[in-house]
Formats: sequence, C-alpha cells, structure tokens
Amino acid sequence: MLYKLQFAELLPYWDVLLQGLVFTIVLTIVSTAAGVAVGTAGASARTFGPAWLGWIVVVYVELIRNTPFIVQLFFIFFGLPAAGVKLDETTAAFLAMVINLGAYSTEIIRAGIEAVPKGHIEAGVSLAMTKWEVLRHIVLNQAFRKIYPALSSQIIIVMLGSAVVSQISAQDLTYAANFVASRDFRNFEVYLVATLAYLVLAIVTRAVLRGLGRIFFKAAS
Amino acid sequence: MLKRVTKTGFAALMLASGISLLGLSAGPARADALADIMKAKVIKIAVPQDFAPFGSAGLDLKPQGYDIDMANLIGKALGVKVELIAVTSANRIPYLQTHKADLVISSLGKNAERAKVIDFSAAYAPFFSAVYSVKGKDAGITKLADLSGKTVGAARGTIEEQALSATAPKDATIKRFEDNSATIAAFVSGQIDLVATGNTVAAVIAKQNPARTPEMKFLIKDSPCYVGMNKNEPALMAKVNSIIADAKKAGEIEKLSEKWLKQPLPPGF
Repeated sequence: MLYKLQFAELLPYWDVLLQGLVFTIVLTIVSTAAGVAVGTAGASARTFGPAWLGWIVVVYVELIRNTPFIVQLFFIFFGLPAAGVKLDETTAAFLAMVINLGAYSTEIIRAGIEAVPKGHIEAGVSLAMTKWEVLRHIVLNQAFRKIYPALSSQIIIVMLGSAVVSQISAQDLTYAANFVASRDFRNFEVYLVATLAYLVLAIVTRAVLRGLGRIFFKAAS
Repeated sequence: MLKRVTKTGFAALMLASGISLLGLSAGPARADALADIMKAKVIKIAVPQDFAPFGSAGLDLKPQGYDIDMANLIGKALGVKVELIAVTSANRIPYLQTHKADLVISSLGKNAERAKVIDFSAAYAPFFSAVYSVKGKDAGITKLADLSGKTVGAARGTIEEQALSATAPKDATIKRFEDNSATIAAFVSGQIDLVATGNTVAAVIAKQNPARTPEMKFLIKDSPCYVGMNKNEPALMAKVNSIIADAKKAGEIEKLSEKWLKQPLPPGF
C-alpha cells in the first residue's frame, strides 16, 4: 500500500514554517558574521598576541571543539541561570552559535595565517606599514583567500547544526516542523518540507558565500 | 461456499467452548467477592510497579507509592491481609477479569471502554494537569484569562500544551519544550516561572527541587484515579466506597496526597 501524501494539511501552518525559516536564516547570518569576527580575533591573538592571551584562546578553542554543541547550548540555557546569568532562548541560541563557530573558525583562520610566508610580513614592515596594516592587507587577506572553502563548509555545518536550538524552545525551522508534526501528525510531509528547506538553504548559503569570496578575497572556490 | 460456512461454524463452536472453559476456571458461582475476601482473610490488590509516585520499587526493592498505601489502607479497614500483585497498565484489567486480583488500585482512569468491562469506585486519588507557578509567586493567576502577557512552558504535544495553545489568551507566550525533562529543567533553572504539566510531574519537581516547589494555579484537565473491580459486586463496591469516604473525612487521603504528590488535594476533590 502506498502512502498518500497530503501536503494540503500543512497549508494552515505555512506562517509557522515561514517564521521558523526566517529565524534560521537570521540566526545563520548573525552567527556567521559574529563567529568569523571572533575567529579572526582569536587566530590573530594566538599567532601575534602575548602568550597569556594565546593560552586563553587555546583553552576556548579546545573546550568548544571537543564538546557537543547541544551540551554547550544546554549549559548556557539551563546551566547558567544557577550562576545568575539568565538568557532567554533566542539570546542563548545566538550566543551558543557564535561561540561554537568562533572556536572552529579560529582554528581554520589560524591555519591560513600560519601559511603566510614570513618574508611577506617582513616586507610589509620594511615598507613602513603599521602593525594593523600588515595584519589586514598582508596576513588576513592572504589567509582568508587560502582557507575560504574550509570556512564556507564550516558555516554550512553550523547552520545545519542550528537545528538543535529547537530543544530550548527557540523557534527555528526545526521547532516549527516539530510543532506542526505534533498538531497534524503528518510527519512524512512536514519533515520532507523541512529537509528540502534546509537543502535549499544550504545551497543558497554556499552560493552567497562563493559570491562574497569572489568580491572580497578573490577566492578560488 | 459450503466449506466457508463449516469453517465459520467450527470457529464459533471453538469460541463458545473456550468461553465456557474460562467461566469454569473462574470458580463455581461466585456469590459475593466481599464474602470470599472476608472468609479467606486475604485481599488481592493489583498495584503498579513502574509508575512513581503511584507505585514503584523503593530502595529496599519493596513496592511503595500512593496506590500501595491506598491498598494497605483498604486492607486495614477490612481487617484482612493484603496481597500486592504488581501489574502493568496493559494487564491490570485482565488481572481483574480473571479473578487474579480482587481490586485494581493502579492509577486507573475512567473511560467508556473500561466502564463496559469493569466497575469503578469513588475517586481515591487526584490525577490532573494544571498550570503551576513557583510556590508563593504569581498570586494573581487563578484562571486561564490571567495568563494574558505571561509566559508558560509545556512539553510539546501533551494534552496540557494542546489545550493551552487552543484556549490561552492571544498575548500569552507558550514555550514548547521537547519533553518533560526539558520542561522540568526550564522550570527548575528559572527560565520559565509558569509551567503547564501533570500533578505527578509537579510532584517530581517538588521532590527534587524544594526551592522551586510548584503551586497549582488552575486546572486544565481532570481525570482522577478510581479503584477498579469486577461488575456485579454491589457489596464490595459499597464497602470500598465507604472506606474511601471515611478516609477522605479522616484526612487520610489528604495525607497521601501530601506524602506522594507533594501537593494538597485540589479544591473540590
């Protein structure tokens, strides 16, 4: 017996699903921007900063990269209130995403920075460029060009992983899908729609990142 | 065609003989279950073993809970020994129907299908879902309309969550969590100050986190527990009902509620 698909049953919930989709898109954009900023700062600090700052970055990166995202999320949402820091589910979701992507991108960007030949930096210094000019125009520019494909992949992974923020009642696409499934029990249709939405989202994100890379870093990918 | 008829006839015959066999094994003409119990000086009571706080294994591996205390209360009132039989929610009614148990005290709710095969006593335990706050807080909330502008947490897909979603004021926020444990965690950690859940879940929170003991604000759905017994046992029914009425009057049911559900009995119980 064939299962009869009934997508019409989802129609009354289109606004719920759309709101979820928008939340996931905004969550991805904000956490990408802030997470890559954290990663750039972390990688620069680790390579060029004082030793104590480097150690802080190492602890942060190892702590986040070696623990599951859902545990980090639960720690922020369910754990921190015991220490007097109470964040609502949306703030907790954004914060966890930024912290997570920040740690991964620190390591990715650091790999790019360390691949910049020392001679280039010395050349910049000998041309009387300031420290910040050397970092921006010589080090980071080349670093990002090299690691851009790896960073893009990590952003997609984090976006797909954002589905777990539904567990703390943050109203993302997965939360919306779960909600609809608990109402009309059309699990097959609901999760099929959610799957396709994530697929399209990932493909579009990759295309956008590729375009941005061409504009800013003349990246190959 | 003929073959099919014979087959059906044969099946009916088998079924009929099976039923009469069952009738025989149930014992010869049970006049009165109450008289039998008083004569044997033992009452067999089916209790849950996997459903705290109504019935579960204690640290000493002996069954304990609201239903076990209730069973012992009835045994004491009758002046007979209590023989506890551990049952699951699926087999508790068959135990009664096959006379392996005289009474079922197993957080049994009333519904039309069950009422066809067994009888129910008066209610002996509250079982309901409600909106709770932290004890002593949110005194202004006494009904559904008071949720206006408030945030309530609930486990997604549960009866209370669906009821709230349908009936709560438009400007009330309902935070839906994945399951009971996530909802409990959100309430205990202070992420939500109002929670819609069952009274048994509220008892778990009160036990594990006395600092955030839930206090009932208003009822969402009520389905109390009844003592189940076989049909056509008027003497046993009258006796059990009078024991329950006496226990209510003497405050013993209230004590059970405080002990196992960590809550006073809901108003009107």
